[in-house]
Amino acid sequence: MAADGQWLTFLVLILPFLGAAAAPFLTRVFGHNAAWVLALFPAFIFYHFTSFLGAVAEGETVAGGYAWIESLDVDFSWYLDGLSLTFALLISGIGTLIVLYSGGYLKGHPHLGRFFSFILMFMGSMQGLVVADSFLMLFVFWELTSITSFLLIGFDHSREASRRAALQALVVTGLGGLSLLAGLLVIANITGAASLSALLSEGEVLRAAPLYMAALLLVLGGAFTKSAQFPFHFWLPNAMEAPTPVSAYLHSATMVKAGVYLVMRLNPVMGETPAWETILPVFGGTTLIIGTLLALRQTDLKLMLAYTTVASLGLLVMLTGFGSEVAVEAAVLYLVAHSMFKGALFMVAGAIDHETGTRDITKVGGIGSAMPVTFIAAVLAALSMGGLGPFFGFLAKEEIYAGLGFASGWSILLTLTAVLGNALMFAIGFAVALKPFTGARVKMPKAPHEGPVLLWLGPLVLAVDGLLAALFSDLSHRFVSSPMASAVAGEPLSVSISVVPHIGLPLLLSALTIALGIACYLTLERGRAAMAATLTAIGWGPDRGFDQAVRGTVRLSAFVTGIVQGGRLDVYMTATFIALAAALFVPMVAFGELPTMPALPSLPFYELAVLAIGFIGLAAVLHARDRLTAIVSLGIQGFAVALIFMLLGAPDLSFTQFMVETLSVVILALVMTRLRLSPADHRPTGQKMLDISIAALCGAGLGLILLRVTQVPFDDTLSVFFAENARVIAHGRNIVNVIIVDFRGLDTLGEIAVVMIAGLAILALVRIRPGVAPLKAEKQPARAVEKVEA
Amino acid sequence: MHTLIFRTIAPYLASLMVLFSIFVLLRGHNEPGGGFIGGLIAASAFAIYGIACGVAPVRRALYFHPMAISGFGLLVSALSGGVSLFMDMPFLTGQWTEIDVLGLPVDISTVLFFDIGVYFVVVGSITSIALALEEREHA
Amino acid sequence: METILAATVAVFFAVSIYLMLSKHIIRILLGVAIFSNAVNLTIFTAGRVVREVPPIIPEGLDTPDRITANPLPQALILTAIVISFSIFAFLLVLAFRAYQELGTDDTDGMRVAEPEGEALPPLGY
Repeated sequence: MAADGQWLTFLVLILPFLGAAAAPFLTRVFGHNAAWVLALFPAFIFYHFTSFLGAVAEGETVAGGYAWIESLDVDFSWYLDGLSLTFALLISGIGTLIVLYSGGYLKGHPHLGRFFSFILMFMGSMQGLVVADSFLMLFVFWELTSITSFLLIGFDHSREASRRAALQALVVTGLGGLSLLAGLLVIANITGAASLSALLSEGEVLRAAPLYMAALLLVLGGAFTKSAQFPFHFWLPNAMEAPTPVSAYLHSATMVKAGVYLVMRLNPVMGETPAWETILPVFGGTTLIIGTLLALRQTDLKLMLAYTTVASLGLLVMLTGFGSEVAVEAAVLYLVAHSMFKGALFMVAGAIDHETGTRDITKVGGIGSAMPVTFIAAVLAALSMGGLGPFFGFLAKEEIYAGLGFASGWSILLTLTAVLGNALMFAIGFAVALKPFTGARVKMPKAPHEGPVLLWLGPLVLAVDGLLAALFSDLSHRFVSSPMASAVAGEPLSVSISVVPHIGLPLLLSALTIALGIACYLTLERGRAAMAATLTAIGWGPDRGFDQAVRGTVRLSAFVTGIVQGGRLDVYMTATFIALAAALFVPMVAFGELPTMPALPSLPFYELAVLAIGFIGLAAVLHARDRLTAIVSLGIQGFAVALIFMLLGAPDLSFTQFMVETLSVVILALVMTRLRLSPADHRPTGQKMLDISIAALCGAGLGLILLRVTQVPFDDTLSVFFAENARVIAHGRNIVNVIIVDFRGLDTLGEIAVVMIAGLAILALVRIRPGVAPLKAEKQPARAVEKVEA
Repeated sequence: MHTLIFRTIAPYLASLMVLFSIFVLLRGHNEPGGGFIGGLIAASAFAIYGIACGVAPVRRALYFHPMAISGFGLLVSALSGGVSLFMDMPFLTGQWTEIDVLGLPVDISTVLFFDIGVYFVVVGSITSIALALEEREHA
Repeated sequence: METILAATVAVFFAVSIYLMLSKHIIRILLGVAIFSNAVNLTIFTAGRVVREVPPIIPEGLDTPDRITANPLPQALILTAIVISFSIFAFLLVLAFRAYQELGTDDTDGMRVAEPEGEALPPLGY
């Protein structure tokens, strides 16, 4: 691929983020009409990706990228095959419609600019996720989608329910992301591949590795949390707290499909093993049934749709894991169909909410005449969702039944699961699309009328797309379904199903599904009551479990903090020094590294005298009964140290130490005139004994380790280097000073900065007037305090 | 400490110490001495002056706020390190040149300016600390 | 000589740690001051010691003509002395201010940041 094309793809990948930066300004200028401008960003991206359709349909892949962190061998690289290209087109295409819809839905909202910003950021993250090649990039974008989803769910942050839902989504998907990272690391460790494209040829190695199971479970941990598989499904319905454009985009069409994307992407590499073909259908099937049953009991339009989304995701996972090529084709068709009809239905639900003021299915009715365009879009989408011809959903459902088949007990079970799930979804789809629009007009908070073009354009386009894609199935299969199915299966596949009904088992099953669906639709009220009673009987669910876990964490951390941070400094100090003593002695004894005891050398008289002075100073500090004694004896031990430096060939140190000790005595004297030193150390005897033992142990340990250090051979490379080069390179004869100002100048620069910061901090502390600080309950006027001090 | 003798001697003692500190600073590259020691000597000089005659005369004598002197020093040090950047060498590489002062050849270098910067930082910060505490004392 | 210095360092450390274990803030500060001397002496001793020969190259020579004291630990300690003095001064003033605000020099009485019997953090969202 040409270099400038690569540049353009890179631009397209960062374009949503540029749009996110521009959104607040554009919104300030154009108001809600900024949507028209901002929709150009995803529209351009969509256009750019369509240019790859031809090449990818021929079975080619498009790869490119740049080095990101060269030293770690991490690339910013992308890889476009049928799978990622289809996802990229869905994201940018539906994204365009969503941006427009948001402009209508949130018209006049004070934070509309922020909303556009978030949703474009999400778009960029999601797009990066599906085209990412390198593992690290995949992970980074994966977590970015979690974070942007958090921001979007919590958009209405003044409501506690929003905050809870946002946090819940972040915790669940974020933990899943960590699991994914661990899984990717295991995979990279097994195969040595650092990118998805490199991994594709390593499937044999990976499946045979002993750690395959660990890698599989970790990766699925990421995929199942993101795609809301049971028992992690609970965050998705709660995420309906977000504004409807978000629900339509993130929580049906795109983000929740990231887990499905991951499973599909890894299918050629990790699939076709017994574990894969058991775990995926079991979790997927369970999710499908539980999702639809839970959807039955809802009356909120968005929640009904949300639970069917959970169910659809389960169906997709089940199909991907089933392990037949036709099932993979079915998964691909259903994924594309679902993105379109579910996105459309969500936007319809939002439009109803927006125009009538409620989205409770029992409180809306007969608005079809008032909102005809929305009604048409809803019905078209529901037809696709119900799997009726000639819509794309029909193709998907035929393929599902063909793929699962009746070959064995296992596939019969899964087929029945699919039939039941599809029938329930049929019922709910039509409930959403028909109930509000038909029947007698009921009284609603607002008088309904057709929304502006921004509100009906998106659902209508998506719903019509579902029809067109099925009518021109040759084209859609050639450019979308077949390349994507080939990428998922890992071998060339050609999807050929069309809207012309084929007499056979699948058609029969479709008819059965529809019959069941109509039966459910007619008995919806009763089903709802039954489900509600069942759920009340069960009582506990993972959603409530999340609350308990959060509260438990807070309680536990408060409890642990209470123990480890009791707020008493002496306890901290005691613990610290006991740990220090242990750290010194345990390794020394355990590894037999105790120093040998040398004979005491005889020292000249004056050196002994200096040491004696030092010890006298220390003893005097310990026994000081008034501040003057303490200060003077502190000075004495300091001067003794200075003398030691002087005797051992360190005149610079000696001078510095003298000056510092002098200044210390001065400032101590200045401060201590105010600070009472208690006449004696009144620690109780037991405390005293303990402290003395700890201090003695630490002192002995440090002394011994120092002795041991001086008994190993000395590496004088650095010292010799400095001695040989001080004059030659740095033109100085005082080697110590040359090291300070020249060889280690940067170090010194940092150190003088520290000195200066300490000076500033002290100045600030001194200047804060006593009594002004908020700590004191009874505030005194500053003047009075000064007088008291003087 | 407000004895007459101390108060009389202090200004002379302080100025002598400051002179000595500059001497120590400048000879630091070849003999014991340098910016840190010189700075500490000068800071003690101001501290002594402050104790003897009060803080106000010291502040007048210094003219600049001590922390300003300190900041100036940090700036000088950092800038002296920047010179080498113009010569395509890493930050803080010493640059040397020789100039004539009254017919005598004198080595002059960025390292010297670095050390002077250190001197100012130490003088400024520690004088500031000492004066701030003394001020409380006499408040 | 190193043996004697190691023993000296041990005594310095023991005294400073004993002081730091006290509850009286001013004793803790005295301990900190002695502690920094002990650390400096440790670094100094670990670099081996030589009597009375400063690391200075005689005039006219390019390298020292005999064994000198090790310059590297000296350079490290020199800056460490000045920094520990600054930090000591800071601690001193901080302790003084705390004493002024709280009216106590006993660390048990300084419970503003970590008050006793703190309530549970909020359990909502």
